[in-house]
Amino acid sequence: MPSKPAGTLYRGREGMWSWVAHRITGVGIFFFLLVHVLDTALVRVSPHAYNEVIGTYKNPVVGLLEVGLVAAILFHAFNGIRLILIDFWAKGPRYQRQLMIGVGVIWVVLFVPFVIRHLTHVFGG
Amino acid sequence: MDVKVKILRYNPEVVDEAEWKTYSVTLQPTDRVLDALHKIKWEQDGTLTFRRSCAHGVCGSDAMRINGRNRLACKTLIKDLNPDKEITVEPIKGLTVLKDLVVDMDPFFEAYRAVMPFLVTSGHEPTRERIQSQADRDRFDDTTKCILCAACTTSCPVFWSDGQYFGPQAIVGAHRFIFDSRDEGTEQRLEILNDKEGVWRCRTTFNCTDACPRGIEVTKAIQEVKRALIFRRV
Repeated sequence: MPSKPAGTLYRGREGMWSWVAHRITGVGIFFFLLVHVLDTALVRVSPHAYNEVIGTYKNPVVGLLEVGLVAAILFHAFNGIRLILIDFWAKGPRYQRQLMIGVGVIWVVLFVPFVIRHLTHVFGG
Repeated sequence: MDVKVKILRYNPEVVDEAEWKTYSVTLQPTDRVLDALHKIKWEQDGTLTFRRSCAHGVCGSDAMRINGRNRLACKTLIKDLNPDKEITVEPIKGLTVLKDLVVDMDPFFEAYRAVMPFLVTSGHEPTRERIQSQADRDRFDDTTKCILCAACTTSCPVFWSDGQYFGPQAIVGAHRFIFDSRDEGTEQRLEILNDKEGVWRCRTTFNCTDACPRGIEVTKAIQEVKRALIFRRV
């Protein structure tokens, strides 16, 4: 086997990149859920400790992370529906590109208003 | 016009590493990448190694990665490749490179053989042909076009990381018989593809559909096999 150079990156189209993005957002959401389950479980330990931990989230850095979280979840959710349609709807594979555009449109429609509202909360006080 | 062609060269007898080499060739916009490779081999560097046979998109020998995408060199016109820039040519991914653009196709053909790509019947052979309605014939028409070039299988990210995966081509080969009303091996083939390295490995990236030089809707064929397995209905 030739060792280096390994060659160029495969130039896949939206199908391949949506798959890459689906994996990355999936792993990201997993780590969020891990932390989320832990901090929510704290309320069973002591409501005071819970309030203290949740209180530390009220800063701009976490506010920006939340923007990323919502972006990832919106993409993962709607691309997930696209993937279900590709596998279960007979015409899905033929219209996968249009479905991808649909995912993008819904993503923008939901994400932009969220960002405006969320960031005014985070930075506007 | 002068075109720069950058080829990933590898000769295990000389060096351990593959390296990029750039060649300058004079071509017509309507020439194909295969013509460029021929010019390089015949006029500049006779050691350049690649497979080709019919040179007209039928034999499926010259699948390679052209500008990052799997294409047949004999079907890719220079004018469609933005010839102002360098054209990159690499061997297809996921199979062992033997020399330059030649890869070891054995694992690919093994996967194809594993799905029994031949007519399976029982009982008496009819004295005349096995009759089939046009509608039944149309169900698998798309997958009869396959020329076994491996462009689809080696464009699949799952196949790159897991060589055990049957790959899009083997599933296309199975699809051609699974949906043939004359064939009786459907159950066996579906069981083979129900394996964990079978159709469920597909992540619907559509690289295979984009790569197929015959325009087969490969992902759609894989999806049809998946649905045949889920609903147990062909």
